[in-house]
Formats: sequence, structure tokens, C-alpha cells
Amino acid sequence: MADDPILTSIKKALEDNTIVLFCKGTKEEPRCGFSARTIQVFKEMGKPFEVVDVLPDPRIRQVLSGVSNWPTIPQVFIKGQFIGGCDIVTEMAQDGELKKVVDEAYSKA
Amino acid sequence: MEPIEIARRIEKALPGAVADVKGADNHYSARIVSERFAGKTRIEQHRMIYDLFREEMASQEIHALALKTLTPAQAADESNR
Repeated sequence: MADDPILTSIKKALEDNTIVLFCKGTKEEPRCGFSARTIQVFKEMGKPFEVVDVLPDPRIRQVLSGVSNWPTIPQVFIKGQFIGGCDIVTEMAQDGELKKVVDEAYSKA
Repeated sequence: MEPIEIARRIEKALPGAVADVKGADNHYSARIVSERFAGKTRIEQHRMIYDLFREEMASQEIHALALKTLTPAQAADESNR
């Protein structure tokens, strides 16, 4: 399990980046409306974030869902911790909670 | 899957819940009010619902299930706004 290259690359992405979005498509070219909306939310936050495209290999999605225990894409992680999918992040952005979490993540980064 | 089937399954699993489900073509959205959400985080609330549709989501019979989960108190607040 520890040698699974996909799991290793997911863990590395979570370690190397304060904010990681696992999406369908890329930051420039999202391939799903929910991924696009989530990317847009983080663009509006104005802080750096990394997008990992899950489409090139279906196993990325399988392994990721095992890590997060979450069935859908996109999935947002801040400081390695699973925050939620599109609905939760959109709600958090609306009530100001997301900005707090993002600012806090970067103040201690 | 018909939206009504999704609503029924949620309401059966969470007695007393009210589920309003819309959508078609594997894409759905649900607004669910339940006492069982009290004291849980949003992630936990959404997981409770996703867990009911594990098979359908894995098989892509349900591609997307957008969720809005509320406790009865939150639902009352929302209608007062």
C-alpha cells in the first residue's frame, strides 16, 4: 500500500501544497461544472492553490476516495485536511467561513 | 433513478426527515431537513446521505448529488430571512 505510486503522489500533493483541489480537468480548463465552480471559488479567495486533475487515470479517483471517504469530485484539502466538495465549499464561501480557514492556513504556513 | 426514489430512501433512512429532490439524467440536487444532522459537521451530514447511495454513485447511476443539509432549527431560520 505504501508503495502505491498513486497514493504516494496524492500524499505528496497534500504535503507540498497548502490548498489542493482534486478536480476533473485543470485550473485553466475544468471539465465538469462542479469542478469549475470550486476552482472559481478559490480564484476569488486570491490565495495560491494547486489543482490535481483526476481524469488522466481512473485509479487516482479510486485511491483518493479511499483517503477521504468521499465519493464525488471535486475534493478540497487545506493543510492536508479534507474540507469538503463543491456544495460545502460554496456554502462556506457564502457565509465567510472559507476565507477564515484559508487565511488561517496561510498565516501559519 | 427517479428523484422520488432518492427522496424516499433518504426519508426512510432518517426517520422524520423531509427530502426535496430535483434533477434528472444522473444529476440531482437534494435539500434535506433532519434532526439527525444536529451536532454533526457538514462533512458528516453529507457523508450520511452519500453513504445511502454508495452503489449508485460508484456505478455512476448517480453522477452528481448536490446536497443542502439543514437541521429543523436552521430550516426555520432560513425561512425567516
